Amino acid sequence: MAAVTQTPEQFDLGAGPDSAGRFGKYGGRFVPEALMAALEELDAAYRVAIADPGFVAEYDYLQRTYTGRPNPVTDAKNLSEHAGGARILLKREDLNHTGSHKINNVLGQALLTKRMGKTRVIAETGAGQHGVATATAAALLDLECVIYMGEEDTVRQALNVARMQLLGATVVPVTAGSRTLKDAINEAMRDWVTNVDQTHYLLGTVAGPAPFPEMVRHFHAIIGREAREQTLELTGRLPDVVAACVGGGSNAIGIFHAFRNDPGVALYGFEAGGEGIESGRHAAKLSVGSAGVLHGARSYLLQDDEGQTIASHSISAGLDYPSVGPEHAWLRDTGKATYESVTDVEAMDAFALLSRTEGIIPAIESAHAIAGAIRVGKRLGPDALILVNLSGRGDKDVATAAKWFNLVDSATIDSTSEVVK
Amino acid sequence: MSHLAETFAAAKADGRAALIAYLPAGFPTPIDCVPVIAAMVENGVDAVEIGLPYSDPLMDGPVIQTAVDLALKAGIRIGDVMSNVGGVVGTGAPTLVMSYWNPIERYGVDRFASELAAVGGCGVITPDLTPEEAGPWIEATDEHGIDRVFLVAPSSSDERIETVAATCSGFVYAASTMGVTGARTSVSSSAPELVARVRQHTNLPVCVGLGVSTGSQAADVAEYADGVIVGSAFVKALLESPTPGEGAAAVAALAAELAAGVRGNRPAGVRS
Repeated sequence: MAAVTQTPEQFDLGAGPDSAGRFGKYGGRFVPEALMAALEELDAAYRVAIADPGFVAEYDYLQRTYTGRPNPVTDAKNLSEHAGGARILLKREDLNHTGSHKINNVLGQALLTKRMGKTRVIAETGAGQHGVATATAAALLDLECVIYMGEEDTVRQALNVARMQLLGATVVPVTAGSRTLKDAINEAMRDWVTNVDQTHYLLGTVAGPAPFPEMVRHFHAIIGREAREQTLELTGRLPDVVAACVGGGSNAIGIFHAFRNDPGVALYGFEAGGEGIESGRHAAKLSVGSAGVLHGARSYLLQDDEGQTIASHSISAGLDYPSVGPEHAWLRDTGKATYESVTDVEAMDAFALLSRTEGIIPAIESAHAIAGAIRVGKRLGPDALILVNLSGRGDKDVATAAKWFNLVDSATIDSTSEVVK
Repeated sequence: MSHLAETFAAAKADGRAALIAYLPAGFPTPIDCVPVIAAMVENGVDAVEIGLPYSDPLMDGPVIQTAVDLALKAGIRIGDVMSNVGGVVGTGAPTLVMSYWNPIERYGVDRFASELAAVGGCGVITPDLTPEEAGPWIEATDEHGIDRVFLVAPSSSDERIETVAATCSGFVYAASTMGVTGARTSVSSSAPELVARVRQHTNLPVCVGLGVSTGSQAADVAEYADGVIVGSAFVKALLESPTPGEGAAAVAALAAELAAGVRGNRPAGVRS
């Protein structure tokens, strides 16, 4: 087997965060004082809940009978020849109810909301996957639901706006700033600080103030636990590489976590290179960003020399975010995971390739992971075993893809978008 | 005694609360910011907060967001903030900076505190920094003699109020309500109780902000607080004025109304 360039030494990701919610120098709580009581309440409720067999049983029951877990690992044999002959396994989070990994976290936090006696959830969404998952859980558990979404994303992801509305959620287009995910988070934080008594902020990624990074990781760690076991069962060994896309970083942390004590497994995160790093239009904070504080935590960030956030760009709304969960910042600095960027063009090529070779249309977010796996496969050669988190399905991206590949004239797409908006 | 402490002591000797006004640096325009604030100080503003414009102001409502966007579009940088502070210090009012945390951390906490001290600034209010994360900031502000003001909120436990008050210098900022900046029809009823809880843990002045926009509201808050903080109402008056000259006149009139308010004088025809 070809050697992986950066083999992590024996380590335990479970060691982080410390009691202040820090992963090394990252993480913590940088929030208005008005939210500190709610964060402390949430932290306490979370720790009691996950130690309560009743809560765990209810969550597991929903994951089996509602999400559809466990989802399978698919041996992508046709894709292999395009990836230097490396064997590629796909963890099929795209087969979950609502179409992505997001539901794992949403069900956990929605159950916690009920447990805390709160009646309303709010959430931010970029691609709409987290918004749809939150609206779904809110419908199931009878919670009022308001979703904040950048106005630009409501246009890019018009079908998901319609889905959320069908599920009974109110979708608020955010017109401030860059009108994307970061501004939706600002607006959700403003709502939360105003309505915190009855409202839980159902944050959708492993970012934000403690305990969110740890809690969201906990609810997504099932991805890696299942995938590790399934890979062993299918191949008799552990993968050489585990690959995932990284926006805020929840699907990546979810699959990485189970492999934290496997020294032969290299963890790879692929962030959005947009139109290329040199273009300045990208979301590659771990590649070219710097340490800073945004949305309640210290992490890597796209910022200027005076700490102003620089707007990110990606064809994928779900990766279009200028910061990242603090645990990724720590994994990067310690060399325990490797992060590379994948451009829009590379991701869309992978999107088409997976569709044609395996009959699986991935989310454009997940296509970044596929592109990354192909790149790593070519480096490592035919003996390599690569496990990819296929975090979401591409139904929501068909309009974008049709435009990208000139499959229909753009007027048709635009008028379709208008209808569903 | 610091200039800020003298200001609170003087107001107390007058039997009134101090009036503290907020405007973002570089607003309404880079050249009009200091003259507009000077007009406010002439009309009874006792101390000034200069906002450091930031891309992600998550404690601010739409009025201040709009003003900050304009300042950023005008190219305001931290050097301009410092020079606005220097200009306002020239009016004789003690001057603080209000800033979200990331710009200070990125600029360098020691560099920020030292440059602020050099232009005569007396303190910094940090709405998204809690004492738990403030270690290097406490050192830098001590080193350069800059007051550091943290916030308490109606949701703060007594333990947290004790911690925050012990970390503050200059004054304690009591957020009157749960929410973001912006005018409200009435100042939250939770504010008097919060101020009373803070007083159990500190002898520092306690100032109330969020939602105060009229002389009558200022008079209400002045009955129990040492300072009344007004931001969005000044910003709104400027946003609604077609020229900087008219804006200066509008904020001067508002300052006079609020200054009467903190002296217990309510505008004619308004009952408390």
